[in-house]
Amino acid sequence: MRFIFKTNYAQDINMARHGGDRFWYGCLILLMLAMPLLIDDFYLGEISYICILAIAGIGLMILTGYTGLASLGHAAFLGVGAYTQAFLLTHGVPFYLSIPIVIVVSFLVGAAIGIPILRLTGMYLAIATLALCFIAEHVFIRWEHFTGGNRGMPVPQPEMLGLSFYDSATFYYFCLFFLIASMLVAINILRSPTGRAFVAIRDSEIAAQSLGVNLGIYKALSFAISGAFTGLAGALLAHYIGYLAPDIFNIFLSLTLLLLIVVGGMGSLHGTIFGAIFVGFLPQLIAICRDYLPSYIGSQPGLEPMLFGLILVLFILYEPLGIYGRWMKIKLFFELFPTYKKQTFKKQKVFTKTDRV
Amino acid sequence: MSLFKVENISIAFGGVKALNNVSFEVNEGEVFTIIGPNGAGKSTLFNVISRIYQPNEGKIYFEGNDISKVAPHKISSLGIARTFQNLELFENATVLQNLLLGRHIFKKTNFLNEMFHTPKVRKGEMEHRLKVEEIIDFLDLQHYRDTLINGLPYGVRKNVELARALCTSPKILLLDEPSSGLTNEETNDLGFWIKDIQSILKITIIMIEHDMSFVNKVSDRILALNYGEILASGLPSEIKEDAGVKAAYMGE
Repeated sequence: MRFIFKTNYAQDINMARHGGDRFWYGCLILLMLAMPLLIDDFYLGEISYICILAIAGIGLMILTGYTGLASLGHAAFLGVGAYTQAFLLTHGVPFYLSIPIVIVVSFLVGAAIGIPILRLTGMYLAIATLALCFIAEHVFIRWEHFTGGNRGMPVPQPEMLGLSFYDSATFYYFCLFFLIASMLVAINILRSPTGRAFVAIRDSEIAAQSLGVNLGIYKALSFAISGAFTGLAGALLAHYIGYLAPDIFNIFLSLTLLLLIVVGGMGSLHGTIFGAIFVGFLPQLIAICRDYLPSYIGSQPGLEPMLFGLILVLFILYEPLGIYGRWMKIKLFFELFPTYKKQTFKKQKVFTKTDRV
Repeated sequence: MSLFKVENISIAFGGVKALNNVSFEVNEGEVFTIIGPNGAGKSTLFNVISRIYQPNEGKIYFEGNDISKVAPHKISSLGIARTFQNLELFENATVLQNLLLGRHIFKKTNFLNEMFHTPKVRKGEMEHRLKVEEIIDFLDLQHYRDTLINGLPYGVRKNVELARALCTSPKILLLDEPSSGLTNEETNDLGFWIKDIQSILKITIIMIEHDMSFVNKVSDRILALNYGEILASGLPSEIKEDAGVKAAYMGE
């Protein structure tokens, strides 16, 4: 077990807690950089997709995992990002300008939607965001000038400095770059007063308010930041798919994002990566398994959504902290071996939460 | 002039008059205790002061200014901090994060520079941390800095909540039943701390409390409420002998 001897308050602020962190994350980044040498184009595309999912996951994690506001409508932000990106590139805006514009647009859309919608809480907020998802889909269908309607819209692949997104390694590096950048920004927000205010809102609105947190502003900010991350992911998703159609951004995509953060582990940024790997590879896994299943099961069309739903329920029941929670337990098991006790992670009885005001 | 003044506050929830024409003044530097049987309107009074409830009538003055229209999240930056009867800590955060949240009103950065963790953000964090460490030393919380609230015993949680309120550098501290759920020993410690808060940190305290021996030990003045109305107010020795208070507590 590692004991960290703290000699400076900065150690509690720094991103890496100790040398081991630096070493292992460094190794991980080197591995990710070397990835195009190790695997073929198909899997490189899959990993790019996982990076995109992870960026969207960071967005939803900030909103749901850290601020405690559920959203069933995040596909709408992916759509906003994707269509804005496609629209800008079609109209000749270069890639290095279009991405910041996409981020700002999705931030503003997030704020604009967030301010009225966040007067609702819990169940009602979930339903309102669900409605958002359907409304957005219809807007994408009807606003033909901007989105091409049901005919769809081709996404021009940018070419600059002799690099092209048609090359899967180039696209992969772009996705990886944006994932790492998003991760760093997310970590920075979460270790600063704003991030703490989000956590405060999640755990006790009334205490947050009495400590001076302006609930309206911080909830809207959380929604906007979440929208910005998800919009960025949407822009990359547009390039990944290559051709946008409104029905891509349906409720199922929103639920996939929700599955991502729940399976990955609520309230941890590690969880977004684990979750993205999980939901990114799951369809492949199901496709592979189909071949081995008897045909009357394997050829059923609804297999994938059903398994997604089943897994979501099983995780909520048996591992509410997700894959990251399980990983923490495994790590602690080896750190404390052989004195690990199962009860360590048993939730303590919660003290009365009656008359909350 | 008094530091804090409540004038003719009335609030009703439907037909229930929770507070009826309540007025009192609190002087700078004193420990002012509000007592009363269950349902007397004590916590309602606190919620009115911290602007969670809007009173039907009446005004609240703090340092001479009317604060009865101030938004609830602005109360703490005026210098009024509070704790809650049933603990409202941020359960899935560490003690340190909880206390740092007490410094929220002093933040000088916004999310744009926090996004890139500029030197200004780091400097701000270090300053907050120094103040938080003062409070940690004051209330002996050194052991618990990195523990999640979830895993703490009740007495320590109470203490953390007091610490969090102190982190806002308040002028007035509202304590809602600080000794409930504490052991005798912990209550004794709390008594010393309250005296220290009063004499060292120079913070005025308004407190709701049931434990009468504790109340008599730490309070300078007492206000007794019953059914939303003032029963009596005065020095602890006067309240002890007051006929109305005796009747409310023990029956006629």
